[in-house]
Amino acid sequence: MANEISGAQALVNALEDSGVDVMFGIPGGAILPAYDPIFDSKIRHILVRHEQGAGHAATGYAQVTGRVGVCIATSGPGATNLVTPIADAQMDSVPLVAITGQVPSAAIGTDAFQEADIRGITMPVTKHNYLITDPAQIPRAIAEAFYIASSGRPGPVLVDIAKDALQKMTSYNYPKKLTLLGYNPQIEPNAEAIRDAASLIAQSSKPIFYIGGGVIKANAAKELLVLAELVGAPVVTTLMARGAFPDSHSQHLGMPGMHGTVAAVTGLQKADLLITLGARFDDRVTGKLSTFAPNAKIIHADIDPAEIGKNRYADVPIIGDLGPIIRALIPAVKAEFAKNKADITQWWKQMNSLRQKYPLGYNEPSDGSLSPQYVIERIGAITGPDGIYVAGVGQHQMWASQFVKYEKPRTWLNSGGLGTMGYAVPAAMGAKVGAPDTPVWAIDGDGCFQMTNQELVTCALNDIPIKVAVINNESLGMVRQWQTLFYKERYSNTDLHSKRIPDFAKLAEAMGCIGLRCESKGDVDKIIKEANAINDAPVVVDFSVYRDAMVWPMVAAGTSNDDILIAKEMAPDWDSQEL
Amino acid sequence: MAQHTLSVLVENSPGVLARVASLFSRRGYNIDSLAVGPTESPEISRITIVLNLEGHALDQVSAQLFKLVNVIGIQEMEDKNSHQRELLMVKVSSAGDNRSKIEAVVGRYRASIVSQASSSLTIEAIGSSAEIAALLGELTSFGIKELVQSGLIALEIGDATLAERTLQETGLASSSTHSQTEDYQN
Repeated sequence: MANEISGAQALVNALEDSGVDVMFGIPGGAILPAYDPIFDSKIRHILVRHEQGAGHAATGYAQVTGRVGVCIATSGPGATNLVTPIADAQMDSVPLVAITGQVPSAAIGTDAFQEADIRGITMPVTKHNYLITDPAQIPRAIAEAFYIASSGRPGPVLVDIAKDALQKMTSYNYPKKLTLLGYNPQIEPNAEAIRDAASLIAQSSKPIFYIGGGVIKANAAKELLVLAELVGAPVVTTLMARGAFPDSHSQHLGMPGMHGTVAAVTGLQKADLLITLGARFDDRVTGKLSTFAPNAKIIHADIDPAEIGKNRYADVPIIGDLGPIIRALIPAVKAEFAKNKADITQWWKQMNSLRQKYPLGYNEPSDGSLSPQYVIERIGAITGPDGIYVAGVGQHQMWASQFVKYEKPRTWLNSGGLGTMGYAVPAAMGAKVGAPDTPVWAIDGDGCFQMTNQELVTCALNDIPIKVAVINNESLGMVRQWQTLFYKERYSNTDLHSKRIPDFAKLAEAMGCIGLRCESKGDVDKIIKEANAINDAPVVVDFSVYRDAMVWPMVAAGTSNDDILIAKEMAPDWDSQEL
Repeated sequence: MAQHTLSVLVENSPGVLARVASLFSRRGYNIDSLAVGPTESPEISRITIVLNLEGHALDQVSAQLFKLVNVIGIQEMEDKNSHQRELLMVKVSSAGDNRSKIEAVVGRYRASIVSQASSSLTIEAIGSSAEIAALLGELTSFGIKELVQSGLIALEIGDATLAERTLQETGLASSSTHSQTEDYQN
């Protein structure tokens, strides 16, 4: 038939019709038919150096833009290399579409060359996935994948397409309407739940906003600011929500959780009401669950009904999109406040006392070496709140969350749920592609950096000038910290020797980047400014830092938030606090 | 802990049973019995799951199941408002004068002898879990050579149907389908 096109062309047309402007990938045998029409497509394809990089780049792009990130790989190892970023996107609710080639349909199940059951493998780590063997199904599967990935609670969707389906001819119809019998996310909240929540807020004398990453996904930061100022309660933002509420705001107590501020952690513990918006009572926030916020009633607003009551009973569950939810809460709370409003001045006295007495801080290294916290603080201060900061996983991640000051949503990216070391460089690459005019700093550890730094080659060749700060303490720092605290300083397999090998600056130069080094406090500002001034090449700065710096405060895993420590074996002086 | 029966309507698409099974495995829920089969609609299959769980955990199972894109609707089937049946086939030793005793037992249940061989009888029975268990209890003394049992299936008593209920709950009854147009990117 005259109007027929190949399944591969149908795939590329469907991606274009879904609004894709960029994708990250690597070709290979089974996906090869798709790469021929990609050659002519208006979609920018960025050839990465490892499929894991493609997945994290798509994630970084999605987190910065709010659009769906797209990655593409071949069958077998290409597909399995995407599993980590897919699982990462699932845990952090990132809209991602992963396209994989599959062996020809007749070979499926025969252990053919480069065959892996990627649909089966990714079933528990995707929001949904498809195996397509009929070219006529490609446009619908792609349209559904984008719709499912971006609506409701966002998440990754994988579309695995058999090679013969890409090669066969088909007519092209991009569906105008989708019929998904089993998928219909609730957007508008129940009016009664809104009234109940407003009533609880008006009665509460110790309310606190527990803000999660859902506020950023829902683009509801502006609405949150209005509601928070109306209620006047303290606000805490989780690791995934940094930037959802300005750090400079007087109501902000900082981040709660394992490495949260004393005020934020204690605020949740002592509150009589948690106004939970788009957060999921993760173990890193609650500490020992049975002792978490023991006297608090819970308002829990989330778009995912399965989060309600999963870890903590919700007195008032509100299911829906946080935009409509907060917009509905504002007039409802105003109406309740017109009738009555509990006094929260005593509560604020307690919180202010805590935050004055226990601000975030760090000690200068005793041996005169460079403080990692200082480096990270200066990167944030010099680059400013318009920059985008992307962390790996470990001590540097916690410091980047604590000491960079975030004022806007989508300026802080990290792997919160899965805790994927190696996330930073490729995610920063994707972020820079999504926000080319914004400075993007990857704040990485020397351990993390050695997992995925090859994407700097991709950055150098594709005009993606990210900046990477390697916070080099020549060890797997967070693991080392746990060994210091819980394993009698027996540093089993955490010494990376990375002040000797590799030479990060030379490695950067070898990959077509600018390589810089910084070893003393006096050079920090100068080198950060030098890096910020370079916009035509990626920059890597090897910051050689104190290796025994630790992340404080800390709630040890499995213990109660009440047992927060501000330094080794040092609890806050509770007796001096009126709580 | 008490047993609960969930009826789950799913799209009849490839891999849907694996998705349900994977979910149960991943979240650490144990299934006591599982039955999958066609329904009045060719696009929809019905899975009946029996679980040993209490209130909160049961709510979580339902919520997590409902998150699966292919799951259309879920309802708990309670004893008092549903018919619940299992199918049993069992080969019982009929040595000596047991044959007439077995026939007497079979007569007291919704069971029948479907074939006879030189030293055994094959019995089929339909009933609630309790009835099947009671029958098996009585047959044990004769010597059970082999048995096979289906998962439990359940149907609500009365005019209401799970499909109607589900379509109403998801707001699909009036518009018949959920529609989403044009821009899938946000």
